[in-house]
Amino acid sequence: MLMFGTVAAGPENIPPPKAKYDEDTLCVEPVEIMRRQHFEYILDHRDRTVIEGIRTKKHSLIGCIDCHITPNDEGVYARYSQETHFCASCHQFAAVRIDCFQCHADRPAEAIREALKPDQHARRPVQELLETLQFSTAVFTK
Amino acid sequence: METARFSTIHANSVQYWILLGTLVLGALVGYLAAHHMDVEGHHITGMSNQIVWGFPHVAAVFLIVAASGALNVASISSVFGKVDYKPLARLSALLAIALLVGGLVILVLDLGRPDRLIIAMTVYNFKSIFAWNIFLYVGFIFITAIYLWMMMERKMNRFSKPAGFTAFIWRLILTTGTGSIFGFLVARQAYDAAIMAPLFIIMSFAFGLAVFILVLQASYAWTQRHLGDAILHKLRVLLGVFVASVFYFVLVYHLTNLYATEHHGVERFILVDGGIYTFLFWVVQMLFGCVVPLVLVFIRPFSQSRHMISLAALLVIVGGLAQLYVIIIGGQAYPLVLFPGMEESSSFFDGVVAQYAPSIFEILLGVGGICLSLAIVTVGIAVLEFLPESLSDKALKLESVTP
Amino acid sequence: MRDTLDTTEEISTGRRQFTQGVAALGGLAIAPGVFLYHAAGAKPDDQAVSSQQRWGMLVNTNNCHEECDACVTACNEENGVWSLGRPETDAQWIRKLNVRDRQTGHVTSMPMMCQHCEHPPCVDVCPTRASFRREDGIVLVNKHTCIGCRYCMMACPYKARSFIHEPLQDQLPHSPRGKGCVESCTLCVHKVDQGDNTTACAEACAEEGHEALLFGDLNDPESEISKRLEKYGGTQIRADLGLNTGVRYQGI
Ligand code: SF4
Ligand code: SF4
Repeated sequence: MLMFGTVAAGPENIPPPKAKYDEDTLCVEPVEIMRRQHFEYILDHRDRTVIEGIRTKKHSLIGCIDCHITPNDEGVYARYSQETHFCASCHQFAAVRIDCFQCHADRPAEAIREALKPDQHARRPVQELLETLQFSTAVFTK
Repeated sequence: METARFSTIHANSVQYWILLGTLVLGALVGYLAAHHMDVEGHHITGMSNQIVWGFPHVAAVFLIVAASGALNVASISSVFGKVDYKPLARLSALLAIALLVGGLVILVLDLGRPDRLIIAMTVYNFKSIFAWNIFLYVGFIFITAIYLWMMMERKMNRFSKPAGFTAFIWRLILTTGTGSIFGFLVARQAYDAAIMAPLFIIMSFAFGLAVFILVLQASYAWTQRHLGDAILHKLRVLLGVFVASVFYFVLVYHLTNLYATEHHGVERFILVDGGIYTFLFWVVQMLFGCVVPLVLVFIRPFSQSRHMISLAALLVIVGGLAQLYVIIIGGQAYPLVLFPGMEESSSFFDGVVAQYAPSIFEILLGVGGICLSLAIVTVGIAVLEFLPESLSDKALKLESVTP
Repeated sequence: MRDTLDTTEEISTGRRQFTQGVAALGGLAIAPGVFLYHAAGAKPDDQAVSSQQRWGMLVNTNNCHEECDACVTACNEENGVWSLGRPETDAQWIRKLNVRDRQTGHVTSMPMMCQHCEHPPCVDVCPTRASFRREDGIVLVNKHTCIGCRYCMMACPYKARSFIHEPLQDQLPHSPRGKGCVESCTLCVHKVDQGDNTTACAEACAEEGHEALLFGDLNDPESEISKRLEKYGGTQIRADLGLNTGVRYQGI
């Protein structure tokens, strides 16, 4: 199977994207190009969206996130702070630092809305703590 | 006519290194404070959506304004041909650069996104007076550095006059620009005044000279060089004249504001019932920053004492900081008026005086910038020949004076 | 796993296919999970906004109730502007302003937000051109170039802007916002571009039955807002500043 979301060195347990955008290229542009130049498309599109109001989805960050960030088997969406997040998996490995997700949503709207439900909201810090603990124990038990 | 001999100071005393160490430490602590503000966000400071510019801006604007004023001594010698001041020109230019760098570093570190400095340096909105200021500041450092080089390199000496002239014009524009940052804010009652720019120029004369006098006295006393009465008392009289001019301009500013009905509210706020701002205005700015220095500088026996001249300079600095605090923070504390004559209220602090108290981080950042400026001077005079070996009356061929 | 498939041919094929896809399918799904939504009369997604429109708002303060803040709640929900329990530093894109006449004691209540000025002081002063006015009159902050100097906040006569004083998380996809930048009412630009022809606040106000807020195109003489403005007029707040605001008020 073609795992075009997985980079050679990233962790294996990244949930696959929602769909192949295109049967031939798989992503919005050929995968090899996307791996190396996705940010150029995103940057270019960003200025046209913000300043000119062009709202095509093809090269938009929302489009990337909507398709690539999918829930794992337990139905949980990874955050950018976790290495199972599609973007983070590669950026962490390549030591690339970006500030996109300081402002932009790192998960699709439905995941954010879910996280923002009042009861979830209260539990969030605890959940995060648990996740961190699990992650560190995972490191130790490896 | 270059009569003075310049030399570096000897940086081998314990005191020198303690001084430099303290200043560098102060600057470092300031940087760490700013870093902490950047990581946590500005909510840990006293600043808010009401008071968007706080103590860092007071310190930064003070340094920037003082920087252009510090160049005055050099300008007097090169532009107005007063040769007596010529030996002081180098220090004056060094101090100007150092103060400006300190002020700019504070401004940059207080940005919400200091990491985007490169954007501020490369993308200009030529309608923005703020963008013009960035350009003016960088230009000022550049021009003053060239001016210094012309003065210090014998072969280049003949160009020092035109260079000094350029620097002089540039600094006038620069301070006009700094003043206009506020002058352009027409919606804010406190700043809507054409006199803002000239007021800033005259403030820069006074603050810059005060800093210069303190640095000069300290560096000569601590290096056991001779600083004669004649030159010091020339500076003393000059300081008095500048302080008196600030006094006059402040008077005109408030009188014209009182004349315009729409400004009565903010005038009442600053002059009568503004609490801390009223106190800072009358007691610190006017009394200790203007009246007392004038007495110290012009009235015997105070005017004969070097300590009193230092004290006067120090008070001018303190008064200047208070003045900028009142202008910058007091001007924001007074609520924006959307409906003149009506009572406004909302969840967003409409119609109420905004509260502000600087946090420790802001103060550390402000003080850190001042430390950085002084550290630059301290290093500068040790590595390059900025200070004349003697400024005694004899060395300067000045008649001894009895003040 | 296939990891090399970048030949120029394939790139251009991909591009061509995409263009054809758009042409052929129009508003339909062009790929699973990626849809182009279109309300009737909306501009196509790939078209830049133009100055043919000038979006604006009309606030009828006679219909606005002092105790109602449905517009504020709706804005916060829509754009994810959550309070962090620190009123001094919390962002407020829209607020309820009560204005009391000292003489008569009469209180007029109204929402106050970015007035989307035609000659916006915030844009004039912004050193990096991060504050800008879109062709269709909506004033925005480009948070990619905002350095957080807050000069725009000093310049805005309406106190319409907020600085983000802390790191945020869980922002909504259509409303990116974050620490160190300035933000203000976007006139629900994401809804406007989608062709909703209304804003969250106006919708909420109508739902409350108050109908105090009307969104529309000031340049279109046939629009409801233009007709009402022509008939009854509309005041600018601080009209003395000559900013030609896009938000107009009635009953003040
Ligand atoms: S209301 Fe304020 S923020 Fe909005 S466009 Fe006018 S000046 Fe800018
Ligand atoms: S805070 Fe941002 S938007 Fe406002 S003036 Fe500064 S750079 Fe421009």
